[in-house]
Amino acid sequence: MKNRLSKLSGNQAFWPVIIFLTIILFNTILTGGEFLSISIVDGHFYGRIIDIFRNGGKLMILAAGMTMVLATGGTDISVGSVMAISGAIACSIINGNLFPQLGGSVAMAIILAVCAGIVCGLWNGFLVSQIKIQPIVATMILLVAGRGIAQLITSGKIITINSDAYYFINGGYILGLPFPLYIVLFLVGLLLLFVHRTAFGLFLESIGCNQLASKFAGIKVNRFLLAIYTISGAFASVAGLIESAGIKGADCNNAGLNIELDAILAVAIGGTNLMGGRFSILSSVIGALIVQSITTTVLALGVPAAYIRVLKALLIIVICLSQSGKFKQYAAKLVSGKKHVRKEAVAL
Amino acid sequence: MGKNKLLTMRGISKSFGKAVIALNDVQFDLEEGEIHALLGENGAGKSTLIKVLTGVEERDEGEIELCGRSIHPRSTNEAQQVGISTVYQEVNLCPNLTVAENIYIGRAPRTRLGGIDWNAMTRDAKELLEKFDLRLDVTQSLDNYSVAVQQMVAIARASDIKAKVLILDEPTSSLSNVEVEKLFSIMRKLRDQGMGIIFVTHFLDQVYEVTDRITVLRNGRYVGTYKTADLPRVELVSKMIGKDYAVLNQALLEGKEEKKAAKRGDVFINMKNVSHTGSISNMNLKISKGEVLGLSGLLGSGRSETARVLFGIDQVTGGELEINGEKVHLQHPLDAIRRDLAFCPENRKTEGIIADLSIRDNIALALQAKKGLFKKISKKEAQRIADEYIEKLEIKTPSADQLIKNLSGGNQQKVILARWLATDPKLLMLDEPTRGIDIGTKAEIQKIVIDLASQGMAVLFISSELDEELRCCKRIVVLKDMERAGEVEGDEISEGAVMQIMAGGEEQ
Repeated sequence: MKNRLSKLSGNQAFWPVIIFLTIILFNTILTGGEFLSISIVDGHFYGRIIDIFRNGGKLMILAAGMTMVLATGGTDISVGSVMAISGAIACSIINGNLFPQLGGSVAMAIILAVCAGIVCGLWNGFLVSQIKIQPIVATMILLVAGRGIAQLITSGKIITINSDAYYFINGGYILGLPFPLYIVLFLVGLLLLFVHRTAFGLFLESIGCNQLASKFAGIKVNRFLLAIYTISGAFASVAGLIESAGIKGADCNNAGLNIELDAILAVAIGGTNLMGGRFSILSSVIGALIVQSITTTVLALGVPAAYIRVLKALLIIVICLSQSGKFKQYAAKLVSGKKHVRKEAVAL
Repeated sequence: MGKNKLLTMRGISKSFGKAVIALNDVQFDLEEGEIHALLGENGAGKSTLIKVLTGVEERDEGEIELCGRSIHPRSTNEAQQVGISTVYQEVNLCPNLTVAENIYIGRAPRTRLGGIDWNAMTRDAKELLEKFDLRLDVTQSLDNYSVAVQQMVAIARASDIKAKVLILDEPTSSLSNVEVEKLFSIMRKLRDQGMGIIFVTHFLDQVYEVTDRITVLRNGRYVGTYKTADLPRVELVSKMIGKDYAVLNQALLEGKEEKKAAKRGDVFINMKNVSHTGSISNMNLKISKGEVLGLSGLLGSGRSETARVLFGIDQVTGGELEINGEKVHLQHPLDAIRRDLAFCPENRKTEGIIADLSIRDNIALALQAKKGLFKKISKKEAQRIADEYIEKLEIKTPSADQLIKNLSGGNQQKVILARWLATDPKLLMLDEPTRGIDIGTKAEIQKIVIDLASQGMAVLFISSELDEELRCCKRIVVLKDMERAGEVEGDEISEGAVMQIMAGGEEQ
């Protein structure tokens, strides 16, 4: 039993799950159990927990893509802008402003929006792998330019659309559960399958640890980087679709604003080394749930909006401390008062 | 010689996790004004002992006393403050800072306003380096200088910090003979000023040249401390590697016989006037199956560069390259790997190991790359391969799950060797495969190389240690100034012959 527990706690996803459950528990107690309650209306589940999963969908998708980018030792801060582009393209097509010959086809809108995300990702990947621009600078180009491009597409206006099929992406339900959850399951599942059933995971870790040695071992590092930024861009475009379906339109200025930071935070909370190397997509997805649940918590507690950011920051500090090996050692030392608690520390 | 005890370490133990016991009840003492060699095979615990002493690792048990006071450094900084300063094997300075900044980092001279006094810093740095006969522009960034110079700067920095104990961890592996001499004269000077110097090295010649006493460790245990003058070499070697030396040597001698007996097979590599702008020009080289071809020459003569071109790291810019009779254009190492080439690069740390991955993953990597992304090697299969090579190459590790960075240099090298052997190569290129490796493992690796060749593999052996090449190779091609300068074969092979070509004597 003890052995099993220690094996479990050694898993990268262990602490994120514990933190997530703690936040839920905390909320449940504070709200006297109301937080956990799930009601069924029209055969759909409603409740705070469901909200977390639905509203966290975008972030979970972004975090999954971001994990791989960070695992290579890079970063992609353009995802928020790519979301804006994707929303702008989809909504413009649906209301007929863009490619009117498509007749507002929702399917084509989605396909072209995702294609735009892929192009954005290829661009980032090209800059990083071929031109060798530092990732944060390379993706900053799209971060800045992306919203401009989105505004060009929408002619600088906020577009609203009227399409139940498109609304379904964010507001739809299947078997009582919100549709974004299925998108997450599909994309993350696909990614996990790819990472674990092929040698992708091994190569990714290897590249993240040591690009030169990886190249010498026969890994086509540049091609991999290109692929990884492309996946990140594609995922961002899907997140953009969910977001724009949620607000039933495209708002180029605010869609996905600052969400790249939340995505990076989610990966960090998941315990993936931001300098590259070991990674866990699942942990990042749970990290995204944690970030989302913090927002939901703050709202559920009725904290005035002005305090939200401060409170979020405090919670993040606590979470990061709880993840830090050094802090854990220090805390253990304080608690036990012993001198040599370091034995099991991560000296290896 | 000084009589005052400077440093004593007693009963030092340190383990990593449950499986790896790095040090077990080790003792060490250092007197004022002596140079004390710390010797042992890879994995003997030298590095760990140094790390414990300098506060990089915390000891599990034991006492350390410096000048009679018990110390417990928890970081290199703390160790420095009590007077222990260290120069590591790999230069641990900041290459993008200037030379002066590197020397005074963390303790820069201040102006009255509390700012950094750049003029004083530049002046002091210059003066300090002049003591070492180094005349550098100290305002240039460090990476403008060679590794050897960087190493000297590191030593200058360490000796300038008011150190009582100076630790030199393999400082000479990247230095030329002249530089080594310079270093030794500095070491003697510092010793005569009363400093205690701990000298970790693999070069026995240097031990006998410069040290006063020797402490030997083996498998994390203390073997003994001896006066250098009283300990014959053979005895030292047997203490370092235990009783197996005679056996090993025997094996090597047998290998040598095999080497003589082996006959050359078909030509596998044929370089015709191959050039790569700036690294090699008009290279003609044939490597046959079943032979160990030595590539000799001074640093920068084009040894490693030839291997890089053969492996597709650098592209051919002129001439023709044939592999197995087929004309090829290698664009990437993978192209070479798919044609059954393998390459253990010179810089194990930056080009070889993936530090944070397990031994198993490190071994499987090249084979996986050769197979491609979609033909994943199952964990079970990877484990089997890893176990096979851990046994075959006698890699010292509790299991294949161990991260490669926790292994000693020699064992890391064996893992890289295993990575390539797993791909079943027809040509194995080894660039300085035994650098920084103890003599025991060195002999093992040499033996492996000869065995592989006798099984039909072609081996390109690059080493700056001549006698190693003499021992392993049947044919040695000597390079000079990026070009082929000559070749010696069979009975012609001798140190003198090779050196003559290197120095620019007539072709043989």
